Amino acid sequence: MSVTVYVPCDASAVSLGADAVAKAIECEAGSRNLDVHIVRNGSRGLYWLEPMVEVATPAGRVAYGPVQVTDVMGLFDADFLHGGVDVLKLGLTEEIPWLKSQQRLTFARVGVIDPRSLDDYLAHDGYRGLAAALKMEPAAIVQAVTDSGLRGRGGAAFPAGIKWKTCLDASADQKYIVCNADEGDSGTYSDRMIMEGDPFVLIEGMTIAGLAVGATRGYIYLRVEYPHAQRALQAAIDTAKARSYLGDNICGSGKAFHLEVRMGAGAYICGEETSLLESLEGKRGQVRFKPPLPAIQGLFGKPTVINNVITLATVSIILDRGPAFYRDYGTGKSRGTLPLQLAGNVKQPGLVERAFGLSLRELIEGYGGGTATGRPVRAVQVGGPLGAYIPASQLDTPIDYEAFAAIGGMVGHGGVVVFDDTVDMAAQARFAMEFCAIESCGKCTPCRIGSTRGVEVIDRIVAGDAAEKARNEVLLRDLCQTMVAGSLCALGGMAPFPVLSALDHFHEDFAREKQQEPS
Amino acid sequence: MKPAKAIASLPPIDDRIRDAVLDVTARLKDQPGALLPILHGVQNALGYVPEETIPLIARELNLSRADVHGVVTFYHYFRTHPAGQRIIYLCRAESCQSMGAAKLEQHVKQRLGVDFHQTTVDGTFTLEPVYCLGNCACSPAMMVDGQLKGRMTPESFDAWLLSEAK
Repeated sequence: MSVTVYVPCDASAVSLGADAVAKAIECEAGSRNLDVHIVRNGSRGLYWLEPMVEVATPAGRVAYGPVQVTDVMGLFDADFLHGGVDVLKLGLTEEIPWLKSQQRLTFARVGVIDPRSLDDYLAHDGYRGLAAALKMEPAAIVQAVTDSGLRGRGGAAFPAGIKWKTCLDASADQKYIVCNADEGDSGTYSDRMIMEGDPFVLIEGMTIAGLAVGATRGYIYLRVEYPHAQRALQAAIDTAKARSYLGDNICGSGKAFHLEVRMGAGAYICGEETSLLESLEGKRGQVRFKPPLPAIQGLFGKPTVINNVITLATVSIILDRGPAFYRDYGTGKSRGTLPLQLAGNVKQPGLVERAFGLSLRELIEGYGGGTATGRPVRAVQVGGPLGAYIPASQLDTPIDYEAFAAIGGMVGHGGVVVFDDTVDMAAQARFAMEFCAIESCGKCTPCRIGSTRGVEVIDRIVAGDAAEKARNEVLLRDLCQTMVAGSLCALGGMAPFPVLSALDHFHEDFAREKQQEPS
Repeated sequence: MKPAKAIASLPPIDDRIRDAVLDVTARLKDQPGALLPILHGVQNALGYVPEETIPLIARELNLSRADVHGVVTFYHYFRTHPAGQRIIYLCRAESCQSMGAAKLEQHVKQRLGVDFHQTTVDGTFTLEPVYCLGNCACSPAMMVDGQLKGRMTPESFDAWLLSEAK
């Protein structure tokens, strides 16, 4: 009888050798004359255990990891195809505490199913949200999203239902759904995992959005750094088209929705929604003034819903299980779950989907197991390169939008980058300004000029004597204030946050006397 | 964007490059917002977007040369000069920094004898910085020819370089 073996095709797993492992398992099975069926699933998100191989047994899926090519022969010798004991054996996948304690709603299928198989998707509750939406009036779909409390997961946390309502109420001959898949924040990879591990859920979510606001055309704006996701999305779109889940007559409903993937070209600013729309129109990715809101005048001047991958992918389960089901997770005004991404210097990095309200400490020490280097945690950057650096003393902050705003931080897209005590926070502050200078679209002066001046002022603080340091710190704080208050979008408006947080919480790194050059 | 006035004559252009561009524009120019897909198409076909293709692309899309030039130069990914045979994209964003990307960067530059945006003397490698490859759980990361690599160290970089030389 054929045994099913799962080897992830997730880009990160592949970066650690998953393709070679899959090939080795196939070869070894062939030479031993064993009937093995290899499925390339997404990643379960336990990245310190990748490549993590799973075997389907009557008791459930059994995991082994991290598996290298050199381990494959040993796994066969240990009869891993029947759940045999090996040093790499992790037990039943679903029972691994790191995974079992999570609340996976958006990520329910990622790592479980074959991302290329629509049948596998359907067998795991796929397209049930669309089926429900097809029986509803557009306004009722929008109401369900509003009632769920879902807020934009791209970073700005704007209530999705309100955005959709604005677009629904706008009248036009053409409307668009745009998926922002320009996941440029360092420390974030949840969009990538969804697109590679469960692409149909995003297609379903976008189709529902189309029905809700009356849009017949959608674009996924994907960053060029994600070639694996591009292939996965393209394959899924082709399949969905062939099986009438996309096209002129979705599931025989007479409703149309067409979807296309468009590639970005390495500009961080195109993650900002209006600059993304400019880019989709074939222009320089320069930020637009708001108003008009994209929901009223967006892509090609038409009403457009633009949401992040996770937001749109989550709509499917909200329509399937109802808004109350989703809203019951979470705390305060932060409803539902957030796929957190543990990254950087952490022992057990990976994807942790939990209801809002988990503390940063529980995440980093509990799930993360502390730093990879074994040294103390000194700083944590949450929410990408524009997020504040949080000192170890604030690790008990609960992860929800309001609690983070209260300490001057932001949850953003849920990326958490951990630094140990060897980090030089003056260098991190300098990088924040340098990055802003490199990626500024150039439209507004505070961002375009301010970021370059910011790098220079930080250099003078680091190099100067005490008086020079004091003088330039005043200047830097003043510059940051100008950028925060005067920039057109979040790039210039928030790049000062990591800088100011470094100054406030890690002042000693700026105060250090410059080391004498050895003569 | 304003439509360009009809251009009587285009600057001289190599036949091979001209054909490659026209092949791409013929396929893609009628879709809305066609310029980025076209520039991707040209770069995929030729490895870069040669300066001399800009007037041709502008004519095919009925845009001004300035419009096309503006777009080509806005995006880090598009290049107007040929790269080496292979491009190494080395991540220098925060997550990779926390795991020693700066040291790795220094090593890679020294080993290849180039700075960012430069090509090795033998024309084999071009080194480019990138700000996040989405491999932040396996930092530091780099990508070569669409192949992602994680948990890079100076040693694993040297080992990779050696295996590529064979």
